[in-house]
Amino acid sequence: MNLEELNATAASERLAQAKKRHHIRVCVGTACQALNSEQLAKELQAELRRRGQNGDVEVKCVGCPGLCSLGPLVEIESQVNGQAAIAGTEGGQRKSILYQFVKPEDAGEIVAHLGGEPIKRLETPLDQPFFTRQTKIVLEHCGKIDPERIEDYIAVGGYQALMKVLTEMTPQQVIDAITRSGLRGRGGAGFPTGLKWGTVAKADPNAYPTSVPVGIQSRKFVICNGDEGDPGAFMDRSVMEGDPHRILEGMAIAAYAVGANHGFIYVRAEYPLAVKRLRTAIRQAQRAGLLGNNIGGTAFSFNVDIRLGAGAFVCGEETALMASIEGGRGVPRPRPPFPAECGLWGCPTLINNVETLANVPPIIMKGADWFASIGTEKSKGTKVFALTGQVAHTGLIEVPMGITLREIVFDIGGGIPGGRQFKAVQTGGPSGGCIPAQFLDMPVDYESLAKVGSIMGSGGMIVMDDSTDMVEVARFFMEFCMDESCGKCIPCRAGTVQMHRILTKIQEGKATRRDIQILEELCDLVKHTSLCGLGQSAPNPVISTLRYFRDEYEKKLAADETNGKTPQPSAQVANPSA
Amino acid sequence: MSADPTASDKRYKIIEATMRRYGYQSHGLIEALHSAQEAFGYLDDVTLWHIARTLHLPPSKVFGVATFYNLFTLKPQGAHTCVVCLGTACYIKGAREVLAALEAEYDVKAGGTTRDNQLSVLTARCFGSCALAPVITFDGETIGKVAPATVTQQIAQRLAAVQQTA
Ligand SMILES: Cc1cc2nc3c(=O)[nH]c(=O)nc-3n(C[C@H](O)[C@H](O)[C@H](O)COP(=O)(O)O)c2cc1C
Repeated sequence: MNLEELNATAASERLAQAKKRHHIRVCVGTACQALNSEQLAKELQAELRRRGQNGDVEVKCVGCPGLCSLGPLVEIESQVNGQAAIAGTEGGQRKSILYQFVKPEDAGEIVAHLGGEPIKRLETPLDQPFFTRQTKIVLEHCGKIDPERIEDYIAVGGYQALMKVLTEMTPQQVIDAITRSGLRGRGGAGFPTGLKWGTVAKADPNAYPTSVPVGIQSRKFVICNGDEGDPGAFMDRSVMEGDPHRILEGMAIAAYAVGANHGFIYVRAEYPLAVKRLRTAIRQAQRAGLLGNNIGGTAFSFNVDIRLGAGAFVCGEETALMASIEGGRGVPRPRPPFPAECGLWGCPTLINNVETLANVPPIIMKGADWFASIGTEKSKGTKVFALTGQVAHTGLIEVPMGITLREIVFDIGGGIPGGRQFKAVQTGGPSGGCIPAQFLDMPVDYESLAKVGSIMGSGGMIVMDDSTDMVEVARFFMEFCMDESCGKCIPCRAGTVQMHRILTKIQEGKATRRDIQILEELCDLVKHTSLCGLGQSAPNPVISTLRYFRDEYEKKLAADETNGKTPQPSAQVANPSA
Repeated sequence: MSADPTASDKRYKIIEATMRRYGYQSHGLIEALHSAQEAFGYLDDVTLWHIARTLHLPPSKVFGVATFYNLFTLKPQGAHTCVVCLGTACYIKGAREVLAALEAEYDVKAGGTTRDNQLSVLTARCFGSCALAPVITFDGETIGKVAPATVTQQIAQRLAAVQQTA
């Protein structure tokens, strides 16, 4: 497909869609699917056929519109024939209603009410803060397009950025645009994306010994990190399920910029739906000539393969991930050399997170300055969060950087249910920390979160109310790190076991002050001497809960605890935990 | 010695196809293990040795990889599986109590299988269905917002249903 053919496909698809009077969009993301939404879509279609309305109305299965706690969600967008514009409708020609908790049995009633009064029993306002306070860039198509049809993606402007890059820009210009946009990695650490791309572009593929398998031509690689191991996070899953072509387009642009011809998407096997949709997307893009050889009639070739994880958190770490793609145990190795210089099979490798890559096409189309105008001075653009825990509205949100935690939890999230009090919000998963109420008005950006002892992380945001036991939270994350430690380096392998043992002892009411002291020493040691990010950040949940909720630890100390006595520290031989 | 099962059992063809797709090179090992587990439900010694021979890898490497990843299991599973999500969101909404209820009802420990080989009770890190927390799955079907008091009944109903159709 070249640019003219792409435009023609987009135009004919838009025309076909404009002919429909009503568009019914049913969420078939993992959460809504679990609540029978696929059956609902089938019932809707059957009902329309029965009434002979199927030419007029389109039922579309879409990705996650975000508000999972009210799912299954159904959005109906209708033409307002010749009528005056209603406030808040797009261009004054269409109006949307949203139904919540829809069951397959509701199909008949929904179809009967098309074009008439909305069903009050099911309706939920679209102008609630959950929707109006968000800024959607990465998720702009999630919940709007059918992720299993490439035409849908093309109709909303898909693959235009790739065509623009291939026909109008040099690789250096692409890198400059990404650099100027201020985009930073969304995988956790926030490394400037343009800088990383520039390093890979400049890297010499022959600088290190390589061992590329037979049949793979490329000598540089692009990897999309879709491992999303942080428990309580599902941002990347929603993008992979809801807008898979966006990721392919982002990867192809990245590959063009750095000079790679082969890419891998590493997805955790726990996300079967994401894998299926990505596979479909790759097949469609290849058939359309938007992946493969001579893309868009240019000299650029790019192929993408999917690799499945197998349930190891550490494989989200970039060097471990590459070891896993190579077919081995997913254990990290020391850096440098960084993957940008010596990565997959010894070749220069660009590794970016799903959300990072999904930001790329709009930056190319709308310009670096547009992107840089959103967010704060050092954190540009938006961030997707998976808002869960003790909060009224759970789901997926995308907000501009710099928004306050209070706005997220109380406006978008609708506050704490059950008349309880806010206690803390946990960001960054097992590598992050708990942020107490006193920082609710702090802006959410990389630097501010780091200052209060947490991290941006990949985007899990778990709200905790006053019933939450913070020591238990710390113990939960430590147990996670202990189980997931790969066992290669001793500080992480043995340190996490010891810290977990002390936390358990505290929970059992058998600990002394000396134990807390040892715990703090261990935190320091593991943080500073571990090989990879897993160990280096494993103490964070403990450090941050000790910092803000120390009294909870002290309340649990043994009743006969006296300061003078030197108790036995729990010094048993560590079990290698992997 | 009995006849080589890898020659007669059709399921080995599926694994073979995967290995061929990667040109019998070592980077296809994890994909081959995925295929094998899908075909057999678990990885037994015969299969692991077969993969090692075909990919010209030392068995130590194949066993090393198979035991490294949590998703691979070297033990046969029960006829049905119930997986309890222990991700953060589920955890703070009571997943531990849900697991305890199941363990008590079926007299198994997490990771184990009932004595009649009907049900394995497993745990997972996170299904990413956090909005439905706490979440469990039964034979792949997601069940959201479960509670310790009612979860055993939900599983019992489903077990009875599948056993009846079987
Ligand atoms: C233990 C550990 C787990 C990680 N898990 C993930 C993950 O699940 N997804 C991800 O994108 N990055 C993860 N990362 C970060 C990656 O190593 C890497 O920095 C990132 O993919 C780079 O992409 P970015 O620059 O686009 O953020 C993890 C890092 C560590 C140390």
